[in-house]
Amino acid sequence: MSILVNKDTKIVVQGLTGAQGSLHARACKAYFGTQIVAGVTPGKGGLDHEGVPVFNTVKDAVTTTGANCSLIFVPPAFCADAILEAIESEVDLVVAITEGVPVLDMITVAEALRGSKTRLIGPNCPGIITPGECKIGIMPGFIHNPGNVGIVSRSGTLTYEAVDQITKVGLGQSTCIGIGGDPINGTNFIDTLRLFQDDDKTKSIVMIGEIGGTAEEEAAEFAKQYVKKPIVSFICGRTAPPGRRMGHAGAIVSGGQGTAESKIKALEAAGIAVAPTPASIGETMIEILK
Amino acid sequence: MKIHEFQAKEIISRYGAAVPQGYVAKKVDEALDAAAKLPGEVCVVKAQIHAGGRGKGGGVKVSKGKEEVRANATAILGMQLVTKQTGPEGQKVKTLLIEEGMEIKKELYFSILPDRGTQKVVLIASTEGGMNIEEVAEATPEKILKEFVDPALGLRPFQTQRLAFGLGLDKFDPKLIRQASAFFMNLYNAFMAEDCSMLEINPVVITSDNRILALDCKMSFDDNALVRHKKTLELRDLDEEDPTEIEASNHDLSFIKLDGSIGCMVNGAGLAMATMDIIQHYGGSPANFLDVGGTADADRVEAAFKIITKDPNVKGILINIFGGIVRCDIIAEGVIAAFKKVDLNIPVVVRLEGTNADKAAEIIEKSGIGNKLIMIKGFADAAKKAVEVSKG
Repeated sequence: MSILVNKDTKIVVQGLTGAQGSLHARACKAYFGTQIVAGVTPGKGGLDHEGVPVFNTVKDAVTTTGANCSLIFVPPAFCADAILEAIESEVDLVVAITEGVPVLDMITVAEALRGSKTRLIGPNCPGIITPGECKIGIMPGFIHNPGNVGIVSRSGTLTYEAVDQITKVGLGQSTCIGIGGDPINGTNFIDTLRLFQDDDKTKSIVMIGEIGGTAEEEAAEFAKQYVKKPIVSFICGRTAPPGRRMGHAGAIVSGGQGTAESKIKALEAAGIAVAPTPASIGETMIEILK
Repeated sequence: MKIHEFQAKEIISRYGAAVPQGYVAKKVDEALDAAAKLPGEVCVVKAQIHAGGRGKGGGVKVSKGKEEVRANATAILGMQLVTKQTGPEGQKVKTLLIEEGMEIKKELYFSILPDRGTQKVVLIASTEGGMNIEEVAEATPEKILKEFVDPALGLRPFQTQRLAFGLGLDKFDPKLIRQASAFFMNLYNAFMAEDCSMLEINPVVITSDNRILALDCKMSFDDNALVRHKKTLELRDLDEEDPTEIEASNHDLSFIKLDGSIGCMVNGAGLAMATMDIIQHYGGSPANFLDVGGTADADRVEAAFKIITKDPNVKGILINIFGGIVRCDIIAEGVIAAFKKVDLNIPVVVRLEGTNADKAAEIIEKSGIGNKLIMIKGFADAAKKAVEVSKG
């Protein structure tokens, strides 16, 4: 069953008829019967887009199709508004792929999420996948294998690297969540570690972090109290110069805070194994499972 | 995006926050004219560069009288100012801010930024102005006051007032409470309206005649929001940026120059950082961070090769692409085409993983570029090979 998404999840794609939305919705639909049940593009309501009904508003889409999850491919200037619309419709989960959402917009979104029924993953993330059941995002499905390693990551392609290694050492993934590279996001490491700890299917966890902020340090503290399952982590950005934004809006060492060293130190102090290189995530997991 | 002190002061004064009287000068004559317009004998000649630590680096000089202004302006304009934030090469000073001298009773610290932990905007204030705030936070955390802004309510006047009382301003003069509250509120309004990522006033000063002013001002903007602030983009100073990084951004490549010898080309910021890290792990040093993003076609790869090889320190390149939607065989063809077009004479190690990776390997083997374009399957092996071929 894994966490948050499975074969029963019904997905509405906001931005379905755009280039990105189109391409990725098609790929998700082709993945083990992932249920893409609706699309929303204001002005294109009533159309059929490759077999998926399109609506003008999220409210219409949800009322008509019973969608309980929204996947968002809306450009940065309008993305926060699209998330707010999804929150109002009370879907259980919103996955926002878009990169480039202004920080102050996300502070408004964070406020709207408080007390709402909705969980947000992202923005600026590859999405979430439960292998063999449901793919909600842009990750390549074929590298995944149903199994019991839960994966949570701030990265995109580095996540695929970790997934690929876990698959190649003969393990598989329960659910993989990309929480994204932005400084203000909907779901953090602690949220996900809690879900993995409480999930019967997940037996061990991989956590991929990077420089910037203190999410990994806080996760380490939380893991000490709550997580009994083994965790392997990797932190990228040891070689990143301070004060520079390394691609991701949230990947910046500022005021001496958010260094890779401080994260690795906190994780090790919490008894979490830290892979020495990005190529050794799979083998580190095999080691600690012995 | 960063801007200069004089630009930041211009912005905050538009929102009602008081700043010292001052004028910009790009020539010594202009500096003298500016000083003549200022009240009093004493003024301050301030280098305008984006980096902090200008005072300690010799870029800020209190000047009494015309001859001192002339001497200081002459010395600072055109100097290669080295501070702890510029790096050893320093930054050339092209602009001065000539500001009135102030009689200062007290220095405070004030800043506004988004707080990642609470996901709210936070105002930070301290009685320990003019100092390194991280050191203050480390040594005396109780001297750091914080007000978190409720996103639904916005910053409330009672909060700015609470900060003012917390700073003990009423002990200097009860009237300072209202003045400081308004000052903080005006700065918050500027922060929100301009989509700042950081606004720091260090120090805020209380003058001997009980005025509150921003003696320095550092302002940076959320890059993601610039698209809705065309006017802010006009404030960009390209002289403060690395020319290769500017060129890269014109090609939509995310690029940061480092000082090693192994150029990197990767898809995805996390994987790009991880690639730099693994190079260092195996004894090499990365020359750059470069994220080619979701499309790695021949044109992008060519642009990336050209940018990477502008750096004379680069002795070899490691391309690391995890192809998901992007097919590795398409990338391989792009790499070969670009390699031939750019006529590279340094070795390129290519590691492609994901969709059609095996097909990509065949294509590269048959490419006829001999041992200059080396395809390696494993991540660790590719890094080790890149380190090996980049020596000497």
